[in-house]
Amino acid sequence: MTLPAQILPEHHRHCDELFVAAEESVRRSDWKAAAAALTRFHDQLKAHFEAEEGLLFPAFESATGMSGGPTRMMRYEHEQMRNLLEQLAVACAAHDGNGYAGDAETLLILMQQHNMKEENILYPMCDRALGADAERLGAKLNDMLEKRHA
Amino acid sequence: MQPLLSFEQAPPISVPYRFFLTAPLFGAIAGMILVFLGAETLQSRWSQGALAMTHLIVVDFMLQAMCGSLLQFVAVVAGANIWRPRLVAAVVHPLITAGAVLLAAAFLMERPLLFLLAALVFATALGLFLCVMAMALLRTPAHGMSIHILRVAVCGLLVTLVLGAMLAVTLGLQGEVLPVSSLPALINVHVAWGLGGWALMLVIGVSILVVPMFQLTPAYPVWLTRLLPAALLLVLVLWSLQLFVPGAVAQVWQPRVALAGVLLAGAYAATTLWLQSRRRRRLVDATFTFWRGAMLALLLFTLSWIAFEVLPALGEHPRAPLWLGVLILPGLFLSVIMGMLYKIMPFLNWLHLQRQGGSAMPPPNMKQMIPEAAMRGQMQLHFTALGLLLAAVLWPPLAQAAGLAFSVSCLWLEWNLLGAARVYARFRDKIRARLSLT
Repeated sequence: MTLPAQILPEHHRHCDELFVAAEESVRRSDWKAAAAALTRFHDQLKAHFEAEEGLLFPAFESATGMSGGPTRMMRYEHEQMRNLLEQLAVACAAHDGNGYAGDAETLLILMQQHNMKEENILYPMCDRALGADAERLGAKLNDMLEKRHA
Repeated sequence: MQPLLSFEQAPPISVPYRFFLTAPLFGAIAGMILVFLGAETLQSRWSQGALAMTHLIVVDFMLQAMCGSLLQFVAVVAGANIWRPRLVAAVVHPLITAGAVLLAAAFLMERPLLFLLAALVFATALGLFLCVMAMALLRTPAHGMSIHILRVAVCGLLVTLVLGAMLAVTLGLQGEVLPVSSLPALINVHVAWGLGGWALMLVIGVSILVVPMFQLTPAYPVWLTRLLPAALLLVLVLWSLQLFVPGAVAQVWQPRVALAGVLLAGAYAATTLWLQSRRRRRLVDATFTFWRGAMLALLLFTLSWIAFEVLPALGEHPRAPLWLGVLILPGLFLSVIMGMLYKIMPFLNWLHLQRQGGSAMPPPNMKQMIPEAAMRGQMQLHFTALGLLLAAVLWPPLAQAAGLAFSVSCLWLEWNLLGAARVYARFRDKIRARLSLT
């Protein structure tokens, strides 16, 4: 089974792991490892946003005709998270441990409340709305995220 | 159904904040009652002071904070704002506040009329709150156990309210409606639904989401998230049968039903502690420690309950229920609430300021909203006050010191939260000034 409601939450957990790895390196003031870990987290999160914005959301919007509601807000939150990722990169480059910790905390809460809405509401709605196409789309999402993963 | 699903991030910031900024003040008043009435308050759970303090804590602190959080939280778990949040908050918040003050005054002064007024005010406030919550929670397309548990919790609040109003009317009319002999069973059931069916159910529903996602722990086992709320609900229903069967019959199985409920609560606490010990994010902050302290208090509550069952001489002591009450109210519930407020307010500040200022004026990050040292200091005082309250149950001459420590801890919490509100107002004014220049 490769439904979006199964693949995307798994990838959320993967991003969580990468978030923790970067934060731990910063806490140890191991800036070299932190920069590498942050880049991996950054790449995966961006890949996740691109998969949703490029594949999932358009499919959901055309299947339901809802383009101004949930997906608009999800895109807006992606933008908020992209900005925080930039701020994290700046703090990491400046070896600013406090700044990083504050921005990381903000990103974590924003990201998790965003994930809750997607996992509990949007993804199951997508699976239902897309019907038979859901598995095909899930496979595409899987490919896209796995390629980035490699 | 669809227009409801807006995925709005949040109701206006004043909606939760008015609840959050009022709640700790009543904790401070509860502590001062202990300071003024002293050791006498801790003679039994039925003392006027103990009854007044309990209701100030459960209604004006806990209920206030929980209603404010729920108005906010529903936007995330149900994907929709509640109906007219500003209006609902403007009605519910002052009425809950007034209702709890009336109720505490009714206990302290033993005035029947005040009980009647309190019942009327609560019925109005919570009636409205329950209606809008039910609308949001029933119409959502959201999935997951959390949403079911929140629905049950809201029903728990309804049952608590109805039984509480019956009690208040009975006390207000001096036994004209219901015989005074029915009071003990009514109180038992009212307390169980308030603490187990509403407050604990809400905490369980919230922790299933919040503990794994924000502390990055493994998820709660799926079977437990199904079993726990269902079993707790069954216990509450069985416990409520004492309203309908003769006392002698009920006395045979009541203690076993209660024990089952307490063991379920203990299992939840132990699971949460176990998950926390396996968290991937090693960071330990005030919120995390508040949660851990809360779960330890709940575990100690469970162990104490078992000890009271095993040693009836201890369990029948008039101060035994106070020991349990301290562990469950300030120990479990207030610790969770304080820990959550320290996350919710900084995040809401950021969220609302970010929307106003956009990327041109990025708001301060979450850690710049309330100083970490202030949160830790207040947390240490809270746990010290908790220790003193427990010690005062054992040795009542400590009551005044415990009351004072608890009061100061609540005031410090208020100061920290006001600090967050001030940071919000300052930055909002900066954004407005910048916008008016451009």
